[in-house]
Amino acid sequence: ALHCDHATMAQNGTIENGLARNTSPLPQPVKIPEIKHTKIFINNEWHTSIKGKKFPTINPATGVKICDVEEADKADVDEAVRAARAAGQRGSEWRQMDASSRGRLLHRLADLLERERAVLATLESMDTGKPFLHAFFVDLDGSIKTLRYYAGWTDKIHGKTMPVDENFVCFTKHEPVGVCGAIIPWNFPLLMFMWKIAPALACGNTVVIKPAEQTPLTALHTGALIKEAGFPPGVVNIVPGFGPTAGAAIGSHMNIDKVAFTGSTEVGQLIKAAAAKSNLKRVTLELGGKNPCIVFADSDLQSAVEETQKGAFFNQGQACTAASRVYVEEAVYDEFLRLSVERAKNIAIGDPLEPRTSHGPQINQHQFDKILELVASGKKEGATLECGGCAVEDRGLFIHPTIFSDVKDHMRIAKEEIFGPVQCIMKFKTQEEVIDRANGTQYGLTAAVFTRDIHRAMSVSAALEAGTVWVNCYNALHAQAPFGGYKMSGNGRELGEYALAEYTEVKAITLKLSERLTL
Amino acid sequence: MGVRGVSALEAVQQGVIYGCVSLLGSVALTYESLSHTSGVFHFKTHHFFTSNSGQSRIFINNEWHDSVSGKVFSTYNPATGEKICDVQEADKADVDKAVQAARSAFSLDSVWRKMDASERGKLLFKLADLVERDRAYLATLESLDTGKPFLSSFFVDLQGTIKTFRYFAGWADKIHGSTIPTDGEYFTLTRHEPIGVCGQIVPWNFPLVMTAWKLGPALSCGNTVVLKPAEQTPLTCLYIGALIREAGFPPGVVNILPGYGPTAGAAIASHMGIDKVAFTGSTEVGKLIQEAAGKSNLKRVTLELGGKSPNIIFADADFELAVEQAHQGVFFNNGQCCTAGSRIFVEEPIYDEFVRRSVERARRRTVGNPFDPTAEQGPQVSVEQQRRVLELIQSGITEGAKLECGGKAPLSKGFFVEPTVFSDVQDHMRIAKEEIFGPVQQIMKFKTIEEVIERANNTEYGLAAAVFTTDLNKAMTVSAALQAGTVWINCYNALSCQCPFGGFKMSGNGRELGEIGLKEYTEVKTITMKMSGKKS
Repeated sequence: ALHCDHATMAQNGTIENGLARNTSPLPQPVKIPEIKHTKIFINNEWHTSIKGKKFPTINPATGVKICDVEEADKADVDEAVRAARAAGQRGSEWRQMDASSRGRLLHRLADLLERERAVLATLESMDTGKPFLHAFFVDLDGSIKTLRYYAGWTDKIHGKTMPVDENFVCFTKHEPVGVCGAIIPWNFPLLMFMWKIAPALACGNTVVIKPAEQTPLTALHTGALIKEAGFPPGVVNIVPGFGPTAGAAIGSHMNIDKVAFTGSTEVGQLIKAAAAKSNLKRVTLELGGKNPCIVFADSDLQSAVEETQKGAFFNQGQACTAASRVYVEEAVYDEFLRLSVERAKNIAIGDPLEPRTSHGPQINQHQFDKILELVASGKKEGATLECGGCAVEDRGLFIHPTIFSDVKDHMRIAKEEIFGPVQCIMKFKTQEEVIDRANGTQYGLTAAVFTRDIHRAMSVSAALEAGTVWVNCYNALHAQAPFGGYKMSGNGRELGEYALAEYTEVKAITLKLSERLTL
Repeated sequence: MGVRGVSALEAVQQGVIYGCVSLLGSVALTYESLSHTSGVFHFKTHHFFTSNSGQSRIFINNEWHDSVSGKVFSTYNPATGEKICDVQEADKADVDKAVQAARSAFSLDSVWRKMDASERGKLLFKLADLVERDRAYLATLESLDTGKPFLSSFFVDLQGTIKTFRYFAGWADKIHGSTIPTDGEYFTLTRHEPIGVCGQIVPWNFPLVMTAWKLGPALSCGNTVVLKPAEQTPLTCLYIGALIREAGFPPGVVNILPGYGPTAGAAIASHMGIDKVAFTGSTEVGKLIQEAAGKSNLKRVTLELGGKSPNIIFADADFELAVEQAHQGVFFNNGQCCTAGSRIFVEEPIYDEFVRRSVERARRRTVGNPFDPTAEQGPQVSVEQQRRVLELIQSGITEGAKLECGGKAPLSKGFFVEPTVFSDVQDHMRIAKEEIFGPVQQIMKFKTIEEVIERANNTEYGLAAAVFTTDLNKAMTVSAALQAGTVWINCYNALSCQCPFGGFKMSGNGRELGEIGLKEYTEVKTITMKMSGKKS
């Protein structure tokens, strides 16, 4: 499970609210004296950038530079694409490999991630600012499980035979698309890396992947593990760099057959346009969300308060699934609000490497400023600030968990993706009304409904325009279940069996026979 | 899995270095040739067993038990006729104990039933890793107990076993139900739930592979198992018990009962506490199993039974390939395969040459000690089997087929039969109708495609078939017309755990392997919810 919350970790007997639940020792961050992998990874080798440029990656908890990383630009992407193309050409080792052997390689990579789990979780925490234990139990667990899940699919990607009319025989083969470009965000760097490469490799593609410039380190470390696992050179190539340069080069490359992007809706539109203008490469997009949570009066209120709040504040609110619009039925609105505020005030903010911490800094100054600007707009537009709403004093990029009540649908905080720890709580009266309001957005990524009534659960989940609907839970993501957006939250689906369709071309092979076959 | 007739010689040519293992300890084996070294091969000696380990006993609840009756039986090395060791003999009372353990491991709140599906997958992966770790040991034990050449055990049986476990490991969290747009104000979803306690009875020709074919899908789907290996070959299966425990399967999930068909086997088939039985073996016994299931509790039944598989060679075929594949198809595993291509129909223009070349090839087939790396063929599994094969060969001679080569037992020691080829075989002869389960190749002549399809299908069996031709139309027409669960085109015994396998007609019920193999180990539950209004 990729459950992104403490409750799940607690179920796993690990931590609850960042505290030890049983006597087994908590995993500890690892001392990392020197970052080993800071270069561009092409053909299973480490390269400096062709232009000779580097960029720094910063620890958002301290503002201190962690290290410099080689900056990939168009020329480096070209190199990577050449390598990926060669690795995926007919007759190559990768294309000749048994499907089950591809599965073995993915399993081996999962084993290596497990071996390096503490190192990777530490790196992830340093580079993103997310609490170490979250990185360890959520990001790493999800990454490993995603790899293992797709390892199992490799030799189960079935074509079909069709009973076509007359004297023909028809069967399908699900073939890899080719070279897949992938552009991933900074909020779950390693997990998104695996969501991209695992299905791509399971289907036999080769990959050119660009980690976010804010968080390249775990991706690059994984490059070394990909080589160690025994993937042939060129199957996975990692090009750390910026969106307008390396990212754009991937989006418009004539020799990339498919691009998968996770990030903002704005950039998603650019990617799709670039794909169309270049070679009509296939596109999958996982974009923004302004996800509604609907809490009915008959729900388990305590649980609804917890789930919606974790949904809003998990990963410092930096999640495309963030539960940023909470609609509460009139009868329980005041009580829900009181419990939510009480709970938000108890969130432990601090050093991400400390086990008690459950709330770290935002990723960078730009995001920090944008969040506070939206908070200001909320106040100005007349929402009631119940708690938070400001930075933690003397602590750089930390923002207090923030709750607004009396939020109206037309306010910016109710419409725009904030990507910060800001929970907007609204009131509703009827089911019809709340469905309309919940769907009144350009987004359609996730939604949740809290109720004990089976009819309501089924009818509301059917009516919501969202790729994922959680009933009495939130952020319950699993490698086995598809994930993706309606409307402007994206195109296509990741995870589950569904993702395989995004990484395969279907070839129908039709044979003409001299006579009709017997049934 | 490629039971593609990997001969010992081919393996040698592949230049593979392997270890061969000597067995010590509780099984108390000393087999001198195991420590034999030749110029080519380097034999290592490992000591896996300690003297008190239990792998010749009954495996229930992850523990080793003596039989309730106190009885033991002996297992023999068919290459020498010598006893390997005594094994505890399970009977009805032991089956009862095992079913109780399996039932309790399957109870609603058990660890096994509450386990994440992906976790079941991880356990199966671990099991595959352990089999891989002990690969040389298991291959040695398999050869010792069955008489099959060590290199075959190593490259075919062990490979197939490991791959099957891994394949079904991957399925564990991909066994999808569906949601269904039912009419009216309803919403329907299905769950594919485990059936419950599965009884499994496996044969002696591929003891380990058959164990994997049974355990893999059963465990992947979340069932618990009571498994009986053949009395001729219990050793590798019992060793798997030790690995099941080491992998971390909860107690009672897999229980292994060495014993005989009429006692332990019958107890499984007619047990009221067993929900499904899977059997691989003879058609005769298969019928008994199905009958017992009917008379007891209507347990679900899957059967993989006998075959008399036709192999059709057209004049336009790649001749060399056809001769070699037809040879391997019938002689592989000393002819002891349900898939054995024992009826070879050759198109008239190439018949004589095909016979000549097949005889030449059969004469070159090296028979000998299974641990001799140049041996392609070992002994039959038992003296009974040897006698039966020789008796059928005699009937062929009596009925007028032409014995081209072989036909005798070459050595005084062990249960060997010479590679035997008959030409001028007519469809009515016993050797053309009965499953021989020995190294005996029947070569018939045909003239037209319609004729050969009819003759090929004219049998109660329908397990496998093959067609050799370079003509696309012929290949597709014949493969569509053949009544067989598997048809190979220009290949033979190309089995793979990803593909379904099973029989038409009296060769069996149901399918093993592939995605479809999961169906035989799940019950589908339809959950329909009344909705308050129609929802799109």
